[in-house]
Amino acid sequence: MKKWQCVVCGLIYDEAEGWPEDGIEPGTKWEDVPEDWECPDCGVGKEDFEMIEIG
Amino acid sequence: MTEQAPIVIVGTGLSGYSLAREIRKLDKETPIVMVTADDGVSYSKPMLSTGFTKGKDADGLAQASVDAMAEQLNIELRTFSTVTGIDADAHELVLGDQRLTYSKLVLAWGADVIRLSIAGDGQDRVFSINDLMDYRAFRLALEGGKRVAIMGAGLIGCEFANDLRNGDYEVDVIAPSDAVMPGLLPAEAAGAVQQELEAIGVRFHLETVVDRIDHQGGGVRVALANGEQIDADLVVSAVGLRPRVSIAESTGLKTGRGIVVNRALETSVADIYALGDCAEVDGHVLLYVLPLMASARALAKTLTGERTEVSYGTMPVMIKTPCCPTAVCPPPADAGGEWQVEQEGSSVRALYKSSDGQTLGFALTGSYAVEKQALSKEVPPIHG
Repeated sequence: MKKWQCVVCGLIYDEAEGWPEDGIEPGTKWEDVPEDWECPDCGVGKEDFEMIEIG
Repeated sequence: MTEQAPIVIVGTGLSGYSLAREIRKLDKETPIVMVTADDGVSYSKPMLSTGFTKGKDADGLAQASVDAMAEQLNIELRTFSTVTGIDADAHELVLGDQRLTYSKLVLAWGADVIRLSIAGDGQDRVFSINDLMDYRAFRLALEGGKRVAIMGAGLIGCEFANDLRNGDYEVDVIAPSDAVMPGLLPAEAAGAVQQELEAIGVRFHLETVVDRIDHQGGGVRVALANGEQIDADLVVSAVGLRPRVSIAESTGLKTGRGIVVNRALETSVADIYALGDCAEVDGHVLLYVLPLMASARALAKTLTGERTEVSYGTMPVMIKTPCCPTAVCPPPADAGGEWQVEQEGSSVRALYKSSDGQTLGFALTGSYAVEKQALSKEVPPIHG
């Protein structure tokens, strides 16, 4: 399980936790997060803004 | 002739680069020239208040060099170029003794920090942090230091206080208000954030102001109006931002609190647009990332041929005080409702309710901060 960070606002997406508020189940790998998912804090898109692998 | 002229974007902050990126998603070819007064390094301004927490210095917070951005976005970049005027009739941007012809001009040059006029000879130890170059200078000046005084207890002052404590610096915060983040947080939420900041060692000096800043040893002595004296290595000034309007004003663009634009980001002069911290969009001056991203997307469509109005949704703001996670969605100024507050220790759930029970805004701290997503869905969007 990896974590990905939004480089614009610092929000962390943790694959282990997923993002249940948006229907993304715990354990969802980053590549399986829908392409139209947006950073919940700053609104940048998944592909538009590089998320960096932090571990 | 202006048909072949480039789209010119002034400013390479988050607004300028986000716009260029959005345009390139729709149009790979139209020439784009970006003009910046600084070095053009790409970075995210909200991350400047997270450097110590994340163990990053100015280089660590830089995301891409100007050359990398030019190549990645297929744009021409002019760094260290200061705009001195706009000749709207000729469609020319004036850069000192040079002129640059534009087809469309986008002003994304941000906001200026407010600087207080304070007595004493220590002004060279007072730092405002409004961009990456400012941050670099601040970190350089802080090397070997231990103690920082922060003027201002707003969002930026509180975020820097938390971040500097995470970097193990001693922190004193001085502000005239009787609570942190006045105007942004209701009293209970502000109290919770202050309490948690105090718990990690931040010292607050509220309801007073800085009278003098004088050199003392290698640092400064800060004298407060209430008689206290604080010795610090340097002072961070975080007393607010003001959208940059002066050149727009002298060009004859309509200005208010910012450069006045409609929901299509059009100024009062043809072919000139404004975006981000310098813009007053349909009456709203919102110096946050979410509105500027929404604006950049709409404007990219407009500039590539499909006039598009931005639609602001609910605009919650996350406050980066890790010691007390906080999310706020301020209610409209004239909403006429009232706060309903639940509190457990430093966890506060404050909901701003209209008389008929509609949630119009909220402030969440501590363990309630995670409810931001769900509550944002209840609050009506700014542009309904």
